[in-house]
Amino acid sequence: MSLTNIAVNPKVGETIFSPELAARFDKLVTLYPVRRSALIPMLLYAQDEIGYLSDAAIAEIAQRLEITVLDVRNVLTYYSMLRTRPVGKYNVQVCTNISCMLRGGQELFEHCEKKLGIGHKQTTPDGLFSLEEVECIGACSWAPAAQVNYDFHENLTPETMDAILEQYRKAGQ
Amino acid sequence: MPTLVSHPDEVKIVTSRFGLGAAEIDRYIELGGYQSARQAIERGPEWIIAEMKASNLRGRGGAGFPTGMKWSFVPKQSEKPKYILVNGDESEPGTCKDHLIFLHDPHAVIEGTIIAGLAVGAKTGFIYLRGEYRYLLTIMEKAIADAYAKGYLGKGIFGSNFDFEIVSQTGAGAYEVGEESALMESLEGKRGIPRIRPPFPAVVGLYGGPTVINNAETIATVPHILRMGAEAYAKVGSERNGGTRLFCVSGHAERPGVYELPMGYNLKKMIYEVAGGIRGGRKLKAVVPGGSSTPVLLPEEIDIGMDFDQVGKAGSMLGSGGVVVLDETVCIVEFALRTIKFYQHESCGWCIPCREGTDWLKKTLTRFHAGAGEARDIDNIRYLAENMLGRTFCPLGDAAAMPTIAFVKKFRQEFEDHLDGKPCPYAKARVEELVVA
Repeated sequence: MSLTNIAVNPKVGETIFSPELAARFDKLVTLYPVRRSALIPMLLYAQDEIGYLSDAAIAEIAQRLEITVLDVRNVLTYYSMLRTRPVGKYNVQVCTNISCMLRGGQELFEHCEKKLGIGHKQTTPDGLFSLEEVECIGACSWAPAAQVNYDFHENLTPETMDAILEQYRKAGQ
Repeated sequence: MPTLVSHPDEVKIVTSRFGLGAAEIDRYIELGGYQSARQAIERGPEWIIAEMKASNLRGRGGAGFPTGMKWSFVPKQSEKPKYILVNGDESEPGTCKDHLIFLHDPHAVIEGTIIAGLAVGAKTGFIYLRGEYRYLLTIMEKAIADAYAKGYLGKGIFGSNFDFEIVSQTGAGAYEVGEESALMESLEGKRGIPRIRPPFPAVVGLYGGPTVINNAETIATVPHILRMGAEAYAKVGSERNGGTRLFCVSGHAERPGVYELPMGYNLKKMIYEVAGGIRGGRKLKAVVPGGSSTPVLLPEEIDIGMDFDQVGKAGSMLGSGGVVVLDETVCIVEFALRTIKFYQHESCGWCIPCREGTDWLKKTLTRFHAGAGEARDIDNIRYLAENMLGRTFCPLGDAAAMPTIAFVKKFRQEFEDHLDGKPCPYAKARVEELVVA
């Protein structure tokens, strides 16, 4: 986390987000009895648009919710899906928790490491793929499973995983 | 997309609309949907709660608390607004049932939430899905929008003078948030740290108002109970355990999948007949009956009915319905290590016994599995785990300790076989691979 760039003070009414996302945020804060309840959805949607939670994004979200930047950082560091650094275009998340482990999840993760030439929480030099070993993703009966960004892939083998990675590679070029 | 399975022993109630396109509102209505909500409006809160009590429905999140009783704890009069909070933060390893409910039958969750609202006098419901289920949130949000368009949500639902709003959102990756008080914290835009109880959420919950928190499967079951009648529903299950349950069979079963079976269904039969036995005709080593936090059962212990009371009597818990099957190739020490790694990762750090306990257990088990264990470690592991029990705000500490204690108690020999720097004698294939490399 960069500590030098925290004091970003966006002007009220100015936004770093797309007009669609800004409008979505305007609505989100009205859905709950307290504005702050919109924090986690806002962080997720901001991350989806920018790729990570930049200092500017954090500052704007804090301002929109009328809380401090520290409040926002305090929350975002708790949740494993939120990040303050960019990742690859396709974030490959392989589950190695018990149900997946029993059906080769660990081997599948190691296969991805070799295939992509990167380890846990690393990104390929071309910025196309990141790799992550994740905890249970709720696909236990269809193990081993992985998520690429938000897309689920189930009943995987090293071969089907290769084919899936190849599809993303093609789509990303 | 997750594959659906089927077996003649299944009693399809909650899963009755799976695979039939019921995520579309018109199809849901065609299949009898939203009739229960209309009926609930007509007959009123007392009738709903009486039906829920008579149905013997018990919370499907894992604790098995009677749903009707939970609803009856909400005070009738309250200065602060009351809320319904649907817990779809399904994160217990081995559990993937809510995944299918949101995918195939989102309107059942909406209808159940409305009925819960009518029962306790809440005007707002929140449906909270785990962050990984983003594609399911999209389905849920569309279903909610469609229900608003039909006048089933919003002002004067179904033409009555009752208002009900639903908001759905996801979390952002945190097992702990599946715990009810941490879930409320998360929904209020905070770190998912548990609250001390009392006061219980039924009295002081979300935004300080009385709150009913139910698992997504529990809520999705509610419309079916009103439709078929509480008595008929209760009769499907066993004593004090009404209806069916979605059992998520995973691991080394021949046909893993989510099966809806009557409460009290025999576990051995579930594994050997419904799920097709053990993969490749291998021998069974152990079964984790209700998600990763439940104490492991030995093959000779699985001739039991799967309901909260019978599994409890067998020394484990029905938990979240995640039945994890382990065949003879599994190294229990490695499995225990993977389990504790998860809890160490997910401990929120609020309570010291859990934060420190899971970390030391992980360190000890890691060293142990690597062949650098000492004899006294075995008792130390158990001692550490036993000292976490009941000493934390929320059950995460127990969830980490209980399975660990059972692994040591029931598979002590396997732990001893790891002593004296020997390579793991169980995970043979993997060890051979290491030696060759």
